[in-house]
Amino acid sequence: MASNMKYDVVVIGAGHAGVEAGLASARKGLRTLMLTINLDNIAFMPCNPSVGGPAKGIVVREVDALGGQMAKVIDKTHIQMRMLNTGKGPAVRALRAQADKVLYQQEMKRVLEDEPNLDILQGMVDEMIIEDEEVKGVRTNIGTVYEADAVIVTTGTFLRGEIILGDLKYSSGPNHQMPSVPLADQMKDLGFDIVRFKTGTPPRVNSDSIDYSKTEIQPGDDVPRAFSFETTEFIMDQLPCWLTYTSENTHMIINDNLHLSAMYSGMIKGTGPRYCPSIEDKIVRFNDKPRHQIFLEPEGRDTKEVYVQGLSTSMPENVQREMLASVPGLENARMMRAGYAIEYDALVPTQLWPTLETKKIKNLYTAGQINGTSGYEEAAGQGLIAGINAASKLLGEEELVLSRSDAYIGVLIDDLVTKGTNEPYRLLTSRAEHRLLLRHDNADMRLTEIGHDIGLISDARYDAFQVKKQNIEDEIERLKGIRIKPNELAQSIIAEKGGTALKDGILAIELLRRPEMDYDSIMTIMEDETTLTQEEYEQVEIQVKYEGYIKKSLLQVDKVKRMEKKKIPMDIDYDVIHSLATEARDKLKTVKPLDIAQASRISGVNPADISILLVYIEQGDIKRVNA
Amino acid sequence: MQLETISSISTPVGEGAIAIVRLSGVDAVEIADRLYKGAKSLSSVDSHTINYGHIMDPDTQESVEEVMVAIMRAPRTYTREDIVEINCHGGIHTVNRVLQLTLKHGARMAEPGEFTKRAFLNGRIDLSQAEGVMDFIRSKTTEASKVANQQMQGRLKSYVEDLRQSILNILAQVEVNIDYPEYDDVEEATTEFLQEESRKVKQEIEKLLKSSTQGRILREGLSTVIIGKPNVGKSSLLNYLIQDNKAIVTDVAGTTRDILEEYVNVNGIPLKLIDTAGIRDTDDIVEKIGVERSRQALKEAELILYVLNNNEPLTNEDVEILDSMADQNVISIVNKLDLEAELDVEDLKSRYPGMSIVKTSIINSTGVDELEDRIAGLFFEGEIQSVDSTYVSNNRHIHLLEQAISAISDAIESAEMDVPVDIVQIDLVKTWELLGEVIGEDVSEQLIDQLFSQFCLGK
Repeated sequence: MASNMKYDVVVIGAGHAGVEAGLASARKGLRTLMLTINLDNIAFMPCNPSVGGPAKGIVVREVDALGGQMAKVIDKTHIQMRMLNTGKGPAVRALRAQADKVLYQQEMKRVLEDEPNLDILQGMVDEMIIEDEEVKGVRTNIGTVYEADAVIVTTGTFLRGEIILGDLKYSSGPNHQMPSVPLADQMKDLGFDIVRFKTGTPPRVNSDSIDYSKTEIQPGDDVPRAFSFETTEFIMDQLPCWLTYTSENTHMIINDNLHLSAMYSGMIKGTGPRYCPSIEDKIVRFNDKPRHQIFLEPEGRDTKEVYVQGLSTSMPENVQREMLASVPGLENARMMRAGYAIEYDALVPTQLWPTLETKKIKNLYTAGQINGTSGYEEAAGQGLIAGINAASKLLGEEELVLSRSDAYIGVLIDDLVTKGTNEPYRLLTSRAEHRLLLRHDNADMRLTEIGHDIGLISDARYDAFQVKKQNIEDEIERLKGIRIKPNELAQSIIAEKGGTALKDGILAIELLRRPEMDYDSIMTIMEDETTLTQEEYEQVEIQVKYEGYIKKSLLQVDKVKRMEKKKIPMDIDYDVIHSLATEARDKLKTVKPLDIAQASRISGVNPADISILLVYIEQGDIKRVNA
Repeated sequence: MQLETISSISTPVGEGAIAIVRLSGVDAVEIADRLYKGAKSLSSVDSHTINYGHIMDPDTQESVEEVMVAIMRAPRTYTREDIVEINCHGGIHTVNRVLQLTLKHGARMAEPGEFTKRAFLNGRIDLSQAEGVMDFIRSKTTEASKVANQQMQGRLKSYVEDLRQSILNILAQVEVNIDYPEYDDVEEATTEFLQEESRKVKQEIEKLLKSSTQGRILREGLSTVIIGKPNVGKSSLLNYLIQDNKAIVTDVAGTTRDILEEYVNVNGIPLKLIDTAGIRDTDDIVEKIGVERSRQALKEAELILYVLNNNEPLTNEDVEILDSMADQNVISIVNKLDLEAELDVEDLKSRYPGMSIVKTSIINSTGVDELEDRIAGLFFEGEIQSVDSTYVSNNRHIHLLEQAISAISDAIESAEMDVPVDIVQIDLVKTWELLGEVIGEDVSEQLIDQLFSQFCLGK
């Protein structure tokens, strides 16, 4: 065997989790190797060609504020971008971009290639080298060994992947790539709890064969939008998407062929996500709904492939053709790829520490779909955290655990490691109890400092952030000191906005608090030209308008923070605490919570168990002091 | 760790003449002070002193109870925190009210065994006792949940469940708009919609809370005072109620006030007739009105039966007494209908427009059925059917329901100010969670489950 190569960190996989993990580790100065089965498929989007959306879009902003890559790459390679939920409150606004799939991959690959400490290499890992429950490296399918102090597994749906199409079932990774079977076997042999999950994708059709006149146009926003706080060049030349619907005929075809669908013939054993059902599922579960939305999304500028969002299916190919032809606008559509379902192995994520290191094997990290999630953004967020933590641990630095009030990424990871998941996990805004604090607009306010401390945010960017923060604070202070007189100008603008006329003078800040008023009109009333950027004055507006609600949320966060300060010793033996209820004890032993706050979020652990735990820990502390 | 101030009734319920509401925590003295009226404010008195005074409801300025308050400042206390013990003697109803007031004004309901837990955590209890403390918490919790479960059975539980389900439907509709903004099969949940729905929810919770009063009345009896000038028929009324309703006569021993209480049953509602001894023996309660003791009895009464003589005009004395009872539940009984009418009932009506007036001739049993209906109607107005005979009675439940009312009121207020739906949602979610706590449900995944079962979602 050839002489072994030595790296600090090896990343297995180069999907959305892998690239963030590899970049974070390399950028923290560690020699990093990224191994991928196919170098042409770096950051590939096997499913929908889009990034962002409610909750997910905020994750992309968080990734950016922590020094990750996803936001910057999509900003350069999208075909359209939209801000969603603009009619609602600031907490639920979110960006979504349609990606040019090929450009996205190329751009991400270029970034990886340019990274000095990062080697990217085509190769399939068959085995991890493990000694004394500690990972030491990996061995590829051709026998090469790469030694490493830490390994991050980001295998997506490749682990024992199986594609299912009608009555066909064959071993495969997504998009008919090579699956990773020996590694899946090793995971099992190591004693990891494995679940079988399923997901699926719809057919793609040729754009030239679509009759767009029968569909509705869905253009992007015609204002500059970007995910990254650093983006300064905006793509204004955008491509639209199109909306159509299934027909009665579609439903009939599906019902007639249900026995052929892999989902209903018993071929599929894995648990699929409820939020991403196949069209068969939708029609069976909601049979009273006369039609379902179908979005036609171009896969890029230089391809005629169009993604038929909403028609995810595992029907046989000929049935898929019939289904397509029954959709208005797609009567003559020429299918380019058939939809399929894919089953894969995932780790039960309660086997992970909140740092994403496995509890079983030291210095082994997992991120992305292998942890039971779905979605590119969820993967990227985890990859970034796993990369940061693997590197931090090797460097002897403090590991990063984001709390549920810091970031959606914190909510995501806490949900996974504390509660686990019984279906592919997707972030939803309703999973975040501090939703009002975890906004699109303030991702940088929440996380830039942390990103800078970790070393992934440059000093220059950090300084610019400090200026922005200061400008916002200064402006709020200024508005507190200015009194607006009830003069003609003020009254006319207030009337225009539909507000009630002023009786007396009012502080500018109080006027801004009125629901109907905005920052712009306050400036007009004050006959003032603002020096703030739009992002800055949006912050002012939100912080002023929602101050009461934000304060309320912060109070709740304080309560949790107090519990987070009560750490649970790593060597705690739950078996000796007799007063714990049996269910609570079992759950605590599995999850191994780091602090009382995390313990209290485990279902089955009730307040009495928490009290008992507190008493026990206190007793231990006293003993330690006395010893 | 700076801990919230906790409060609970620290004496066994229903036993002994004196009951103690105990507060522990940094704000214990401050909270008690908000409710206390005495010679000095509690924050200014020395530690380890007992202070005489009254507990007042700050919202109504009504005196709730005459109390002795022990102030014990940290660290020489059981929990090593500031402790306030409010000694009450007015029976379980009054004690509960004092407890509810402390909760309303900043304390949190203590968990079972929590005082002991704090004593331990603050180093007051010896290390060797830790095992005992843990067992104590476990057994107290089991006991408390047994009691809570008993009190939260059947109809009441399903009532709360239904209410939560209807909130959940609203929440899901808002969430689907947020997480699936392009999903077209659901109406956009507007703030008007939320306002309307929240109002309905609030009404339902208020109904529930009202049932807590009804439940208590059913258990403990409605404290009732019969007053009136001499010879208007008080004794006849009393005798009628007693004879007709199989009275249970109790001599409540050990109370400091030596009041005789008699229980009678009126249309299924137990009346606890207070100070009936006074009526029987002296028949001069009006003259005794100046006596502190009777004033207190009157003030605490939940129902006052004011008896007037049809044969005599209304006197200034009557007006004075009736005026003093303006905030209370009063039924005026114009008795002796068989005699010539000297009393101007129309005048009485116009003076006290909200007051219930019944004309009777008790010795002829005329009008007494109506009187009984009025008494029952005053407290139960047909709602007795809606929540069945199960009632909210657990202090913890009442506390949670009150918090739920405050949360839903915040939601309504936000909706009125037309703030975005997802912000109104915050308090709606809180209401739903609090109601979940009432019936002890794990809430974590329910909303998401609802989202995906109600709507056909997904790309």
